[in-house]
This record gives sequence, structure tokens and C-alpha cells, in this order.
Amino acid sequence: MGQPATMAARAQRNDAPWLTLKMREAMEAWLFLSPTLAGFLIFFVAPLVAVLGYSLTEWNLLSQQATFVGLANYDDALMRNADFWHVARNSAVFALGLVPLNMALALLLALALSGRFRGVVVFRTIFFAPVVTSAAAWAIVWKFQLQGEAGFINQVLAGIGITGPNWLREPNWAMAAVIVTRVIKMVGLNMILYIAALQAIPRDYDAAARLEGASGLQIFRMITWPLLGPTTLVIMVITTIGSFKVFDHIYLMTGGGPENGTLVLAFYIYQQGFEFFNVGYASALAMIMFVIVMALTVVQLALRRKDT
Amino acid sequence: MDALTPRRLRLINQICWTLALCVAAIPFLFPFIWMVSSGLKSANEIFGSPSIVPRAWQWQNFVEVFSYQPFARQYFNSLYIALTVTAATLLVSSLAGYALARLRFAGSALIGLFLVSALMVPEEVTILPNFFMMRRVGFIDSHWPLILLPVFGPQGIMATFLMRQYFMAVPRELEEAGKMDGLSRFGVWWRIAVPLSRPALAAVAIITFLNSWNLFLEPLIFVSSLEKFTLPLALSNFTDPYGAPLWHLQLAATTLAVVPILIVYVIAQRQIVESFALSGVKG
Repeated sequence: MGQPATMAARAQRNDAPWLTLKMREAMEAWLFLSPTLAGFLIFFVAPLVAVLGYSLTEWNLLSQQATFVGLANYDDALMRNADFWHVARNSAVFALGLVPLNMALALLLALALSGRFRGVVVFRTIFFAPVVTSAAAWAIVWKFQLQGEAGFINQVLAGIGITGPNWLREPNWAMAAVIVTRVIKMVGLNMILYIAALQAIPRDYDAAARLEGASGLQIFRMITWPLLGPTTLVIMVITTIGSFKVFDHIYLMTGGGPENGTLVLAFYIYQQGFEFFNVGYASALAMIMFVIVMALTVVQLALRRKDT
Repeated sequence: MDALTPRRLRLINQICWTLALCVAAIPFLFPFIWMVSSGLKSANEIFGSPSIVPRAWQWQNFVEVFSYQPFARQYFNSLYIALTVTAATLLVSSLAGYALARLRFAGSALIGLFLVSALMVPEEVTILPNFFMMRRVGFIDSHWPLILLPVFGPQGIMATFLMRQYFMAVPRELEEAGKMDGLSRFGVWWRIAVPLSRPALAAVAIITFLNSWNLFLEPLIFVSSLEKFTLPLALSNFTDPYGAPLWHLQLAATTLAVVPILIVYVIAQRQIVESFALSGVKG
């Protein structure tokens, strides 16, 4: 085809002279955006409105159809149903365990791996490998290693004279196991974000501080850590919100058990909606989750604005 | 007292760090090794010995995996769905990203804000209405939801913003030159902007592919027949009639699902890690 002659193309393109250039540009923009916007409206906005609508109805296997009940589902979740607060507590424990552990480990690894030395790429590759592995595979392998007596972890512990618990069958240990295995899976992501931030700090800072006689720890406290502030904030919010989304990992490792000890909000929504078919109640839970995540996002934006 | 010259100190320091890192790497690396090794053990041996090398190498596990359930078909499903989602995402997100980066129109900032607000919302929030919608149009137990939802969901929007970011850095002069040569807007996008954005396209492709390959909630909810399963669903499906896991098969299957990805990862390590860094910073 090649390039057509300039004049001819110009003439051809001006076949709608009633359109100003500006209008043409706007039309083109909407055309380019149309698939994304259509999909956004159909698969995000409409469902969001719908879930709000569902949440105001009673709709379950018995009723088979939706009847308007106002805020009864929210009242049920927040005031009457002890399950909800148990789940909320689990989600909080999960987040409070996962986020600090993940961030501390990520920072430590990043500090160790932000420099250049032999083997640094190998280590980075290893620590990041679980991130590209599917949660399903990771959960299966860890569930296998954490089997009661015969599991690998407990055999190793037995070897040094410790009787390990039946990790995934005792509520508290199960929660700990889920948190730790999740941290191992995802810490690589935060590690590389921290490495990128560390490498962006000019070397002169470090050199100048050393000339002044500052120790490594002082440099970290007075220079590195404050400079990492914005990154830390972003990582904190992403990781916290991410922790609310965790479903597959828990579904496959513990199935929410034992005794609902690892039943978190995302799982509870799935359970109520798709296993028990309490559509109204599950939708109210979904709206609660939506509000929590939005609140966290707003907090992040506010903090970020204050920061800059 | 000749021992601790600065040079030696540095060496000792480095050895200590390396040792510490080796220890820290165990829980990251060992599960993969244990997965492969256990996938090669017999059902009896699997809990028998904590030895990494199987006593009798059970290569037939890797054959049995394919006869137990339609694993080849499930593997193919994962592959073609991930490729479809990736191609569709690249097309849709680069179109929208270009409009947001380059074209001036009323409401552009508002649209951007509108889209960005969806980025953080977990899919669990909208999955129920999406389920009923898919049921109404007869997409239950089909692969349509597994393709449509990721392309147009938060993942697709993140891709859009990644593309937008990159398009903004493409020199305008090149596009102007293209226009001078008589290219339409679409032509400028396709012949100039897209070819110049290969790094961003690669990042989007990598993340989108992995995301689809690893998708779990949607297959769980929308797909019910075995021939339509994708890998993440299929892996935990190797069970005895009572539902107890057949570990040797689960781990053999998991090995088959994970190892190819790991090989590609090791080869393209730098590119893959950078893609994640790019998307993470944006989010």
C-alpha cells in the first residue's frame, strides 16, 4: 500500500468539512475509548449499581426472588449476625499479620539486594519466583508440606525434636500458616518496588553522610527511610487492599476452616453468594467490602497529597 | 593483629550477607524442588521419606495425570484463554490509552478519574451481578466470562493506564510527521505510536497473560464441566472418590503447570520483573 500522496490524503480526509478539527478529534477519542468504556459500563458500573440494589433485597434459595427489605441485610451483618464480626476479625488479623511482615521482609531483602554484587540477580530471581507462580499451585504445594505428622515441615521439626502442630487443622496455626505462606508468595513484588526506590536515591547522600561519620544504621534512619516514605505509603496501601482480595490462596489451603478460623471477607462473600445462595446478604457484604476498600484508597490519596 | 584489614572486613561482611540470603531463600525455592520431587514419587512413598530424591522414579505419574481427567484439554483451555485475553487487552487498552494520552476532548480528565476509581475494587464486589448477567446471556459453563471479565475489569484498566503513561512519552514530532504524510488518526496510532511502544506492550502482555493463567475465582464460579476447567481449577481436582487429595498426581500436575512458566521466567527474568515493577508503581 505504501504512503498515499499527501495532497490526495488531505483531500480525502476532509470529506466532512462541517466538522471542525476539534470536533473530529473528540469523535476519534470517543471511538478509541468506546470498547473500554462499553466494557467498563457493562462489567463494572452496572454490576456495582446492581449489587447495591441486591443488597437491599431479601433474595435466597427459599424466596427464589428478590423482595425489597431496605437495610435489613446490613442490619443483619453489622448488628445481629455474629458470623460477620468473626469474619471481620479474621480479615483484620490476616491484614495486620500480613502487611507488616510483608513490608518488613520486603525492605530487608531490598536493602540486601539493591546493590551490585555477584549473585544478586540470582537472589532476586529466587525471591520473585513465587510471584509469577499461580496461587493455586503455591497453595497446593504448601498444603502438602504442612500436612499433619507426615508433612515435610513437621518431619523436619521432628528431626530436631519438635512436635509440630497439625498446621492447617488448628484455627490459630492455620491463620499463621496462611499468612506466612502468602507473605512468601507475594513479598517479591514489594521487594522490587523497594529496590527501585532505593536505587533512585543518589549515591552522594550516602557518601556525604559517611564523610560526616554517620554509621550505617544512622544513614538508614536519617536518610534512607525518610526518602523511602512515598514508596512505603504506596506499598502499604496496595498490600493492605491486596490482603482483602485474597481468596484462592485460602480457599485451597484451608477452605476457610478449621472452625471458620481462616474465613475472611472475600471468602465469606463467595460462600454466602455461591454456596448458600444468600444473594441479598452476600451483596450487602460486597458493598461493605467496597466501602472499606474505597476508604483505604481515599486515605492513601489524602496522605499522598499531604506528602508532596 | 594483622587480620582485619578493611578489605577482609568487606569480604567477611559479604560472606555473611550471602549466607543469610541463602538461608532466607530456602522457603522461596524449596517448595518448587519439593513439588517436582514429590510429583515423581509413588503414592506410598510420598509420605514415607523426607528424601528429595525419589526411591523409585514414578514417571508414570505424569502419564496418569492425563488419563485421570482431561488434563491436556484443561491445559489447552488455560493457554488459549490466556492468549486471547492478552491479545484483546493489548488491543483495547492501547486504543483507550492512546486516546487518554494524546487526544484532547471535553471530559478527558473525568473519564480518566472514572476509570481509575475502578482499579482498586476487588472482583468479589461485582462478581454476583456479573454471574447473573452471564447466566442471562447463556455464558455459564463457557469461557466467555473468563475472557470478558479480565479484559474489561481492573486488569484491563490498569493496562490502559500503563499504555497511556507510555504513549505520553512518545515524541509528538514523530506523530506530526506521520500526519503530514497523510496518515489518519488510526494510522498514526497503528503505524507510529504502537510500534514505538513495544516495551509497554510487552509489560502489559506479560502481566495480562500471567493474570489470566492464574485466574481462580472466575473459573470456580462460571465453569462446571471438567473439559472446560482451566489449570488452577484442575490442579486440586485430583482426588480419590472421597475427596481426599491424590498428592502424587496433584503435585505432578502442578509441576506440569508451573515449570514451563518458571523456565520462561528465568529466561526473561529482567523483563518480567520490570513489568511488575511498572504496574505496581502505577497501582
